[in-house]
Amino acid sequence: MPDGLTLFDRPALKRHRARAAATLGEAGFLLAEAADGLAGRLAPILRAFPLALDLGAHDGQLGRAALATGKIGTLISAETSPALARALPAPRVVLDEEMLPIREQSLDLVLSGLSLQWVNDLPGALIQICRALKPDGLFLAAIVGGETLKELRDAFIAAETEIVGGISPRVAPFVEIRDAGALLQRAGFALPVVDADTLTVRYRDPFALLRDLKNMGWSNALAERSRSPLRRDVLMRAMHVYAERNTDPDGRMRATFEFIYLSGWAPDESQQKPLKPGSARSRLADALGTSERSAGERAGD
Amino acid sequence: MTTRTSIDPKLLEILVCPLTKTVLQYDAERQELISRAARLAYPIRDGIPIMLPEEARPLDEDELKRKP
Repeated sequence: MPDGLTLFDRPALKRHRARAAATLGEAGFLLAEAADGLAGRLAPILRAFPLALDLGAHDGQLGRAALATGKIGTLISAETSPALARALPAPRVVLDEEMLPIREQSLDLVLSGLSLQWVNDLPGALIQICRALKPDGLFLAAIVGGETLKELRDAFIAAETEIVGGISPRVAPFVEIRDAGALLQRAGFALPVVDADTLTVRYRDPFALLRDLKNMGWSNALAERSRSPLRRDVLMRAMHVYAERNTDPDGRMRATFEFIYLSGWAPDESQQKPLKPGSARSRLADALGTSERSAGERAGD
Repeated sequence: MTTRTSIDPKLLEILVCPLTKTVLQYDAERQELISRAARLAYPIRDGIPIMLPEEARPLDEDELKRKP
């Protein structure tokens, strides 16, 4: 039962993902894009990662791209769906990102491509990831950001308001980039870095977009979703609104996908840190070759 | 011929119970990972540990006593 606090119906997510096991290849371009982005961020890092975990490995694209960088010794593939896990190379494990069954300080690297946006308690999941990393271990992930599917969200809102006189959640709310850095910091990661990439995919019609979403296992799994089937007139109206608002001159329709790339390191003594205030041993004025002048009265004077 | 697939030792070494984060006992015979703290046995299917509490088998009192 929806309790108002739980955003995602995780059993439904698992069902969607299991169903997508056979069709992932057809809609895998988003996963491929994220895998490229993550491998590109991993490649320039000047160190080796003997033991890595791919969290939410889907069809293993990210794992293959990451292994190709030559930085990883052993890669463990982790999936929530046993059906997807069976198609992954060993070593592999079935787990739930919300309950990480990984020993503290055991991994050198945790990778995750487009999986963590479906977690109900993202701060909790990030804390568990941070704990599973060895000191100075790296977390590198891509999640779906808040701009994703904004056209579809708007089209459903317009159609439902018009026909039903109210709205029900159809497109998941995703993390906003401005919140992502704070999330990493709260979870205990050092040196957090966040950046975003926007990808505009052009579809023949909005139904092709819906088919891709289903093939990826991205069907609506919101806990508060309407349990009655989507009314046909609402769907048709939403698709009409979508086409009206987002069609390019050549007849193709735009769909926005935003990827937020997160990276952070498990804290370690060797990492650079800001000095404590008041710990300077030489004057800034000396370093600049100038003389120090008072800027006026000090606070409290 | 045995159809049993072995688990990668590196994987076995880092797995803990998802609920209690405590160590697991590997039962090679039954292909299970035992969490005494959570009183659950997580199945290993086709060499893949299934670390989901909803898929795990509850342990009864006898088993808890028998297993060291």
